[in-house]
Amino acid sequence: MSRSYLRRRWTDRLVAGVTFLCAVAVLTPLFLILFFLARTGVGALNLDFFTHLPGAAGEPGGGMANAIAGTLLLVGLAALLGVPVGVLGGTFLAEYPTSRLAGVVRLLADVMNGVPSIVMGLFAYTILVLPLRHFSAAAGGLALGIMLIPTVMRTTEEIVRLVPQSVREASLALGIPQWRTLLRVVLPTAAGGIVAGIMVGLARIAGETAPLLFTALGNRFWNWDPLQPIAALPLQIFAYAVSPFEDWHRQAWAGALVLVSLVLGINIATRAAAARQVKLR
Amino acid sequence: MGDRLFAHLLAAMAGGVLVITAAMLAALTVGAWPAIRKFGPAFFASSAWDPVAGDFGALPFIYGTLVSSAVALGLAVPLGLGVAIFLSELAPGWLRRPVGFLVELLAAIPSVVYGLWGIFVLVPWVRATLSPPLKATLGFLPLFEGPPLGIGMLTAGLILAIMVVPFIIAVSTEVMRAVPTSQREAALSLGATVWETTRAAVIPYARSGIVGAIFLALARALGETMAVTMVVGNVPQIRASLFAPAYTISAVIANEFAEATDVHLAALIYAGLVLFLVTLTVNILARLLVARAGRGPGLIRE
Repeated sequence: MSRSYLRRRWTDRLVAGVTFLCAVAVLTPLFLILFFLARTGVGALNLDFFTHLPGAAGEPGGGMANAIAGTLLLVGLAALLGVPVGVLGGTFLAEYPTSRLAGVVRLLADVMNGVPSIVMGLFAYTILVLPLRHFSAAAGGLALGIMLIPTVMRTTEEIVRLVPQSVREASLALGIPQWRTLLRVVLPTAAGGIVAGIMVGLARIAGETAPLLFTALGNRFWNWDPLQPIAALPLQIFAYAVSPFEDWHRQAWAGALVLVSLVLGINIATRAAAARQVKLR
Repeated sequence: MGDRLFAHLLAAMAGGVLVITAAMLAALTVGAWPAIRKFGPAFFASSAWDPVAGDFGALPFIYGTLVSSAVALGLAVPLGLGVAIFLSELAPGWLRRPVGFLVELLAAIPSVVYGLWGIFVLVPWVRATLSPPLKATLGFLPLFEGPPLGIGMLTAGLILAIMVVPFIIAVSTEVMRAVPTSQREAALSLGATVWETTRAAVIPYARSGIVGAIFLALARALGETMAVTMVVGNVPQIRASLFAPAYTISAVIANEFAEATDVHLAALIYAGLVLFLVTLTVNILARLLVARAGRGPGLIRE
């Protein structure tokens, strides 16, 4: 075997090794984060955490019950805006793929996906908080809802495109108008995938903090009024993490554990469900 | 009749994205107007930040944003490309899916959780383990001057690198996978090794997509807020040393916005508008580059 051949073969192996090490290096922080969340978070979790309001500053005890409820309410408000616009807009992109509007919307949706979330908060502040002179859950829901639209729109488009043309033709051949075909045949066929896309989008916005800082603002008490400031789990984690109190740090870890379990749980479950669907076909 | 109406409804919903983008530009411009009128372009060259006197300049924040993003990309680009090459060309089949999945999880972890971990794990580690050897070996450079506090530009860059690397990996793996198999087979049949094939046939073909992936990551790094706010130190200063605390545009908005009034508020919205315009531009460029990669290198050379 020639020397140069040996050298080339060794280079090949070396590169394979180096890129593998890159993968190890990139994934190490993931394992470290999960490890510290489990170590610190599990010990700090108790029933109080899920059932009690936050305690007074500096005093141990209390929980994040209102923040968990607040996050659910905010995500619900965001879904009211993001899901209809995203699903119907995504259907448009899939059914009229070559129209000029579709091209522009597709690009802008992808671009919006990369716009910093804090800018969404600024926008919701200028159009809802300033005129109403009040921080509110509605403003937080608006900021999160806008962030939800592009995700839902693009996944809906992808899934609706997968619905076979023959399904549409079968319905149209029965004399069913196109709009009813879309609503009653095409969208239900694609429902599984659309719901999966919505879930992943909701999981993403549930963890967002920056757009809520000056819209939902946070609240140490219960609130169900969309026009009043409301607590949210990520906001509470942030406030506790930068506080000087030991017990609040522990609760921040507990909150982070709950949040990450929620977000990663939805991601993993959606993926498993999608994999099973593919297998069934 | 119903069909036409329904098509219009769908188009209106899709057009919502256009309306929102335009509304964001308009609302932020109106909100920032008092500051735009008062400071104009001098806003970007001034280091003043005095809410009492009503004098504002964004230079230290722009500097902090750019340098922390540069540190992040300096780490994330080589690592991310390594992983992308591994995933698309070199990894055995059984390893691809789990590694790809874990990278996706990395992208799914909320920013505030990165920040929490940053404060309590990464900052002490940078202070006690990473900084002393850096200082001992490279301390003569102005980059590593001064006391290593743990919080500061270096830690912010590190945590940003961890957060943006999944985007580099996902997009570049995708564009490299999209390279036609015939390209690879041609190189392999000439006797090239797998790495030589990657270098000669795959990477040139995917180049514009890879640049697009880096741009996407850059936009993320520029706008990332919570994790950076929690570890960067929040001191508006311009220091050559990466050990020194700094401040970024998004961090100053996050910290001061809820309590700001009048010109202070307008100045923060002005800074946010700039951030919006820059990330918008970088994202559009990224998408165009990635879309171009799908068409192969012939068009790229034009």
